[in-house]
Amino acid sequence: MTKKIEAPLTDSDVEALRAGESVLVSGKLYMARDAAHKKFKDNPPFDIKGQILFYASPTPSKPGAIIGSVGPTTAGRMDAFTPALLDKGLKAMIGKGERSAEVVEAMKKNKAVYLVVPGGVAALLSKYIKQATVIAYPELGPEAVQALEVVDFPTIVAIDSEGNDIFEIGKKNYSR
Amino acid sequence: MREISTKKITETVKNLCLEAGVDLPADILDALNDALKTEESPLGREIIRQIIKNAEIAKKEKMPLCQDTGLAVVFIELGQAVRLLDGQLEEAVNEGVSQGYHKGFLRKSVAADPLIRENTGDNTPAVIHTEIVPGDKIRLQLMAKGGGAENRSASRMFKPTSTKDEIEQFILETVEKAGPNACPPLIVGVGLGGNFESSALMAKKALLRPIGRRNSGFDTCKWEKSLLDKINKLGVGPMGVGGTTTALAINIERRPCHISSLPVAVNIECHAHRFKETVI
Repeated sequence: MTKKIEAPLTDSDVEALRAGESVLVSGKLYMARDAAHKKFKDNPPFDIKGQILFYASPTPSKPGAIIGSVGPTTAGRMDAFTPALLDKGLKAMIGKGERSAEVVEAMKKNKAVYLVVPGGVAALLSKYIKQATVIAYPELGPEAVQALEVVDFPTIVAIDSEGNDIFEIGKKNYSR
Repeated sequence: MREISTKKITETVKNLCLEAGVDLPADILDALNDALKTEESPLGREIIRQIIKNAEIAKKEKMPLCQDTGLAVVFIELGQAVRLLDGQLEEAVNEGVSQGYHKGFLRKSVAADPLIRENTGDNTPAVIHTEIVPGDKIRLQLMAKGGGAENRSASRMFKPTSTKDEIEQFILETVEKAGPNACPPLIVGVGLGGNFESSALMAKKALLRPIGRRNSGFDTCKWEKSLLDKINKLGVGPMGVGGTTTALAINIERRPCHISSLPVAVNIECHAHRFKETVI
């Protein structure tokens, strides 16, 4: 059975997740990437406690659409900013690609989880987004911070709160 | 001389941008469907299914396949018996890119300066490679290249005495390091020989070759097959979660080089290969 989570997340919500598991995320996601991180550093323009960050920036919305195509960007580019945000209560991040050892340590310390969604499936992912509101830095255009409401957004646990990493485990299991 | 208006070029480039952004090429879809049958990881298969489903939605609803709608790379083969009217070639191409990215609601992803990082607002300038060829036609090939995969590319100047094994090791290392960040399953373009810049250009051009069409040289063809096998034994898998589909293809191009050089360039492309071409 696929697990489901919804923000705000508690330590026990996060501790129940294991690297490699599929997880459906509902509720609120905060979308922010490079330029927004550079602006807010360790002081995001919303209460980050228990929340989920989604590293992404959409294509422009067509008239009448909730949002354009939207998918994950490379999470590693946000690594320098992440430990401070985890210390402030950030519980989950959604992106693609690997994370630094510092981020993994901060995730273990603060009980947080890193989820991935496939890159390049942005038309599909946009279908799970029911509402999108710019809440800060509209001047950043596609990189503005947006609050998204999602239903059953399909993710995979890449790094769990114990530091188990699907990129290492998966490669080990399938390398010949 | 055949006279062609640059307005025709603008219109054509605009349409190539619009199509490339939403319509995954048939050879990629075929390769993904084949991979679905051979991928051993259940998680990997699920990701490939999502990629195929995404392509269906994108095509039907004319939605961009990926939110990174890429830097426009345009290859032009200009027949030497063509006389261009109504303006300058590169301006016409950039105008087409600008119009296509606005009309298609494609993301504008070009920074005006590598350090100042201000967005140009219309996804120009494109990277344009022009070649003069015999004939009176113009061939236009457009690849909208995403940043995530491009960032994992690499080149190295080997010694003329370096072995094929050493080169192979470099290619495999580059693919393995590209890992989850480059959005596998990948397409790998390799340029072997030439000089510093021509090896990189060959690697990029290698990506334009349809999947399944092997290099016409017997040795290179054999090498492509054995390298693809080795890449898929790395275990990286779809989106790096582990699996037996790390690349859909590796295309190698080679050309003569200086007696003291052996340049090798590896250009990495993601599965969302946005590519369209046409002839005027």
